[in-house]
Amino acid sequence: MIKIKAKDVDVFYGKKQALFNISLDIEENQVTALIGPSGCGKSTFLRCLNRMNDVIDICSVKGEILINDFNINDKSCDVVRLREKIGMVFQKPNPFPKTLYENVSYGPTIHGMAQSKQEMDEIVETSLKKAALWEEVKDRLHEPGTGLSGGQQQRLCIARAISVRPEVILMDEPCSALDPIATAQIEELIDELKKEHTIIIVTHSMAQAARVSQNTGFFHLGQLIEHGSTDKIFKNPDNTKTQDYITGRFG
Amino acid sequence: MNKNKEQLLNKRYKAEKRFRLYGQSAIFMALLFLTIFIFKIFSTGYSAFQKTWLIVPVNFDAELMMLDENPTKQDIEDADYYEIALQSMWNLDPNANEDQQNQLKRMVSYFFEREIKQELLKDPNLLGKTKEVYLTASDDLDQVFKGNYPRDLPEDQRRVSDYQLKIFDQLVANGKVESKFNISFFTNADSREAELAGIASSFMGSIFSILVCLMIAFPVAVLAAIYLEEFAPKNRFTDFIEVNINNLAAVPSIVFGLLGLGVLLAIFQLPRSTPLVGGITLSLMTLPTIIIAARASLKAVPPSIREAALAMGASRMQTTMHHTVPLSMPGTLSGTIIGLAQALGETAPLILIGMVAFVNTIPGSPMDPAASLPVQIYIWAESAERGFVEKVSACIMVLLGFLIIMNLFAQIIRHKFEKKWN
Repeated sequence: MIKIKAKDVDVFYGKKQALFNISLDIEENQVTALIGPSGCGKSTFLRCLNRMNDVIDICSVKGEILINDFNINDKSCDVVRLREKIGMVFQKPNPFPKTLYENVSYGPTIHGMAQSKQEMDEIVETSLKKAALWEEVKDRLHEPGTGLSGGQQQRLCIARAISVRPEVILMDEPCSALDPIATAQIEELIDELKKEHTIIIVTHSMAQAARVSQNTGFFHLGQLIEHGSTDKIFKNPDNTKTQDYITGRFG
Repeated sequence: MNKNKEQLLNKRYKAEKRFRLYGQSAIFMALLFLTIFIFKIFSTGYSAFQKTWLIVPVNFDAELMMLDENPTKQDIEDADYYEIALQSMWNLDPNANEDQQNQLKRMVSYFFEREIKQELLKDPNLLGKTKEVYLTASDDLDQVFKGNYPRDLPEDQRRVSDYQLKIFDQLVANGKVESKFNISFFTNADSREAELAGIASSFMGSIFSILVCLMIAFPVAVLAAIYLEEFAPKNRFTDFIEVNINNLAAVPSIVFGLLGLGVLLAIFQLPRSTPLVGGITLSLMTLPTIIIAARASLKAVPPSIREAALAMGASRMQTTMHHTVPLSMPGTLSGTIIGLAQALGETAPLILIGMVAFVNTIPGSPMDPAASLPVQIYIWAESAERGFVEKVSACIMVLLGFLIIMNLFAQIIRHKFEKKWN
């Protein structure tokens, strides 16, 4: 099933065009990796999917992005409700400088998802369990989230993102600031999360894309050069540029 | 080649050494000036915290006070104390002629009859008896006792006569002159008599002004800063506003004083010389300082926190109120305190709006006329009496103490509550 359908998406920063005519379908409950050299526009595309580019004054987005057949670039789209459905995990772990509990309960609180303290406790617990962090932190839920290690912080951010049960999770190079062990933990987690969520991950590491994703899109200079199943892209790409990038000849 | 390299390296080390030396001598100079300044203030000012008292036997003679037998409390309150007060001073030298009696009277403050009255009100049983009472010495004798008075000047060039000095020396020899902590410096309002002048009026005036200033400047400045930083679009108009806020911070304070005079007093007819007007004028001055501090600390909140909140589906308002503003508060508050400390030391605008008037009552509200601490320093520094010299320094010490406490507080807030980003 196709969850997200991007049609002819152009993105401009002021007068400079950053993305050209991107059309990409994203499968439900699968992991889609976006790869490409730095500055190719893969993060920009990711941020289009939850309209985070709205924050940047000079950025404008054209084209259609259909999520559940609804165009999120339409004027009638409410960004607050959109971002409730589409969670995001950033490159650098960015927990709020508050307690672990407050970090995870923030989303459910502002969206009114829990009627009682008990319900909230449950949401926090399941979110942390799903993020494979519960066992490590269950005794110190009321300590600041910034006191955790980098890998733990990133899993806390994932717990925060899934606390509102989003349909889609966007991950912008979630492991680039982590060591190999923490990276392995997050990758395992991604595999687990795709059962309930559709995941789109931007990554610099081709090995990571090959390990975690089912589909891959290759971006270069603001264009989507090629996309398809990860197997095909890595083993038998159609485009020579893709071939060159995958084999490490540039990028 | 190798030797050249060695030379170059030596040169670089020497340059660094020289630079360190310049830096150290700069710091030394700054500390030296500071020490000289503080030493000067303290050495002139510390004596103002002591006050000289003459211990004089007073005969509470009912007849002289026009009191009947068994007077009520009200009678004692209304009695005439001037005669017994005069008598007790004259008794210091029974052989004094009229001129000398006059001089004897002037050895204490004009407050002396009230001091005697207080004594009797405290203990009505004293009626008809004699008791030694502490009377405030005149400011000149106060200076004599503190050793600040040029006794060796020819008599016609000093305000204290040889006769007064002779009597005073006798009293000192008999242990009837005492120096005690000067409570009245903190509890009295200003006075034309140096021995009675205190900072209570100007202190309260300063407090009220600062409170008014805080209540106006803080909310306006914080709202302006939040709007400009978090909500306003970045365009020419907001750039223009930003430039003007920065300009406002550089406007000389006397200009704000003129504004207060021309607008608050002349157009709005607010009461002159009051902390209300002073506070409003100071708030105009503090406003840009707080806006700049608040914007700087809002800017210092990492954008990743805003992104995290927005990506969770928080609205812009929620992102600002739940995350950005609380995180920026320590910086905003310490900026506010520093702005207030500046306002506390401000003199020129207050002089223009009339807070320089002689006020001998302690203000009970911001609507009562009052002076302020820096203006009080200015008023006393202009006075001719020798007794005011130490008061000026003492008042500076109080003001400095206040400023140090405020700045310390700002530092503590900054260090204690500021979040550390990893």
